Amino acid sequence: MSTIAETNTGISHAKLGTWAFLASEIMLFGGLISAYVILRSGSAHLAVPPRSMMGVPLATFNTFALITSSVTMVLALAAIQEGNIAKFQRWILCTIGGGLIFLCVKAYEYHHKWEEGITISSNLFGSFYYTLTGLHVIHVTGGLFLMAYILWAGTRGDFTPDSHDRVECAGLYWHFVDLVWVILFPILYLL
Amino acid sequence: MTDAHGHAGAHAHAEPQGFIWKYVFSVDHKVIGIQYLVTSLVFLLIGFSMMLLMRWQLAIPTPPDDFDPEKLSLIRSFLNWLFPESMPYGFMDPVFYNQLGAMHGTIMVFLGIVPLGVAAFGNYVMPLQIGAPDMAFPRLNMASYWTFLVGGIVLLASFLAPGGAPQSGWTSYAPLSVVAPAGQTYWLIGMVIIITSSLFGAINFIVTMLNMRAKGLTMGRLPVFCWAQLVTAVLLLLAFPVLEAGAILQLLDRVAGTSFYIPKDLIYGSTVFPRAGGGNPILWQHLFWFLAHPEVYVLLLPPMGIIAEIIATNTRKPLFGYRELVGSMLLIGVLSFIVWAHHMFLSGMRTSLASLFVTTTLTISVPAVAILTCLLMSLRGASIRFNTPMLFALAFLPMFAIGGLTGLPLGFAPTDLHLHDTYYVIGHFHYVVAPGSLIALLGGTYYWYPKMFGRRMSEKLGKIHFWMTVIPMNFVFFPMLIQGMYGMQRRLAVPVEQSHNLPVQGWSLIIGIAAATLFVGQIPFIINFFWSLRSGEAAGENPWNATTLEWACPSPPPHGNFATEPEVFRGPYEYSVPGHKTDYWPQDEAA
Repeated sequence: MSTIAETNTGISHAKLGTWAFLASEIMLFGGLISAYVILRSGSAHLAVPPRSMMGVPLATFNTFALITSSVTMVLALAAIQEGNIAKFQRWILCTIGGGLIFLCVKAYEYHHKWEEGITISSNLFGSFYYTLTGLHVIHVTGGLFLMAYILWAGTRGDFTPDSHDRVECAGLYWHFVDLVWVILFPILYLL
Repeated sequence: MTDAHGHAGAHAHAEPQGFIWKYVFSVDHKVIGIQYLVTSLVFLLIGFSMMLLMRWQLAIPTPPDDFDPEKLSLIRSFLNWLFPESMPYGFMDPVFYNQLGAMHGTIMVFLGIVPLGVAAFGNYVMPLQIGAPDMAFPRLNMASYWTFLVGGIVLLASFLAPGGAPQSGWTSYAPLSVVAPAGQTYWLIGMVIIITSSLFGAINFIVTMLNMRAKGLTMGRLPVFCWAQLVTAVLLLLAFPVLEAGAILQLLDRVAGTSFYIPKDLIYGSTVFPRAGGGNPILWQHLFWFLAHPEVYVLLLPPMGIIAEIIATNTRKPLFGYRELVGSMLLIGVLSFIVWAHHMFLSGMRTSLASLFVTTTLTISVPAVAILTCLLMSLRGASIRFNTPMLFALAFLPMFAIGGLTGLPLGFAPTDLHLHDTYYVIGHFHYVVAPGSLIALLGGTYYWYPKMFGRRMSEKLGKIHFWMTVIPMNFVFFPMLIQGMYGMQRRLAVPVEQSHNLPVQGWSLIIGIAAATLFVGQIPFIINFFWSLRSGEAAGENPWNATTLEWACPSPPPHGNFATEPEVFRGPYEYSVPGHKTDYWPQDEAA
């Protein structure tokens, strides 16, 4: 079995693959966000609802929850680098908690907006809102499964201070999902 | 080394036992490569058969004066029996014509040429050429094949959907594609599945090539074929997700009542289409072509890599301009992302924007011509071995040149206004893809078949196949250029309804005959492929006396490929080196 030092780049397969995957994800979200930006500036019929209808405070809280979960992910990685499994478990649980809070608030927001008449087919803004945030929600959900897996593998004793590639890759993915939201939040809620 | 799931990766997996795990659900890159090879050849045959039906219709689009429904010819009664509703008396219903047209394009591009060039040869040859025991993520590789197959089946299943297969062309332009029958939804779902498969593949290819090269195999010693695969993988990785985004939006337009591509108050079927509206159909064109132009280079670069390998081996001299070849491929990769809107000059684009895309389009022809020049110059002063792979390679050069040069008038906005959506366009891109890419891929099949199956294909049948392919192909595609210049539009089931098409209708009959001949010409290939499995001349490790690493392991290579990890000492094309004992100096041969 080759080790990281034996790859030509000095980067493990998993991490290089994760970066390549994230590059494609950037193009996926980039394509959708560009479509939104173009129609928002180019279509006469993309009516943005008033900010009061969008529930900015709740979304701000949600942004905070997701950013916090990114921080706890960094702490979890630091814990495994020290070899402290108990601390690692605690921080991964916090990360999962942050993700779950985000999803719950999102579910409430969807319900609330639907009641207020912003649906996926009501107008172009609604269509983009549900499409962009919906795809993001799918990514958050996927990330939570990934975290659960990392927690299980860590508890099983898979990771050592020298070998914890999967934690790092899961972290990269989670930060990416966070970053997408940091872009979606201003362009959908604030601007 | 561990893969994304942390299980032991490529080197560690033991050779599987039992037929299912060895040949069906295999994680071995060689088996997966052959699975892709066979699947994509079958899809090519399916796509070709659809086209034969269409060419039959175009050859004789309306009943002749002496037509008698009571006395049908053999072909007409067969078609009448096969498709009683969509081809009564052997004359095609225009809706069926549209379905076949859309499916022919989709199948040939996404299920035929790309999987053949990228997934089949890339999977089989690339790990061997870099001296690796397998791909970086073997199970992801297997997932890629099975996802691809499911996507292909979903696309074909659209024929069974109410209203039939997609009929909005392979480009699926909105808003027609949004209001089309259910088959279009199959198309979108199938495409998303195929895109997922190609992303799996692209990630795997990039990581494998960057991380798993044998000792001494620097990037500057990488065979041109591998470079072509690397650029292609990056294009697939970055361009396909944008089509995925576009497909998601179109899918939601169809099933969730959104109006991303539906303008306000769209009139459809003499009533206003019941949607909020406000979207823009041109948005789809941008998202589609942002993928589909890089896709052209995905279709083209792996075949160019194959041609470079075949030419170097059979001219017995180093390739002319290795650095220029690789540099041009990289430049094509970059430029291919900024030329897409040359497909849209007729969409009401500002002229200033059009001139920008004219400029980038003409710029990208420079590296393309550079590649062709390098390959052509490689022939100079060589004592060429005229075996079957080399014949295909030699045919590729002028065929691709015709394909490339006929593209220039389409890249100029003023000439494109006349030629847009005519048979000239069809002739142009088929010259690139059929006598171009496909010829190269067939040559690649003859070239690497001995490695894959341990036996050579028959040269005699191969040469018959070659002439029966190249000559009819030119009679199929060259007349299209003429018809297009007369203004004959594509996607017409009955072109003679417009009087300006009448002077060039005669060519359609010739094209039809040539297409049928081309079909017959593939029979020697199919016979050869199966006959040689058992009865071909046994090929040793290195039947062509070539230098690259894939020829340094047994044919076919065992599980794990190389007995010991190879070490590379020199560049990929050290042929006829003065003073060396043979006229080839393998990369792994210690000085």
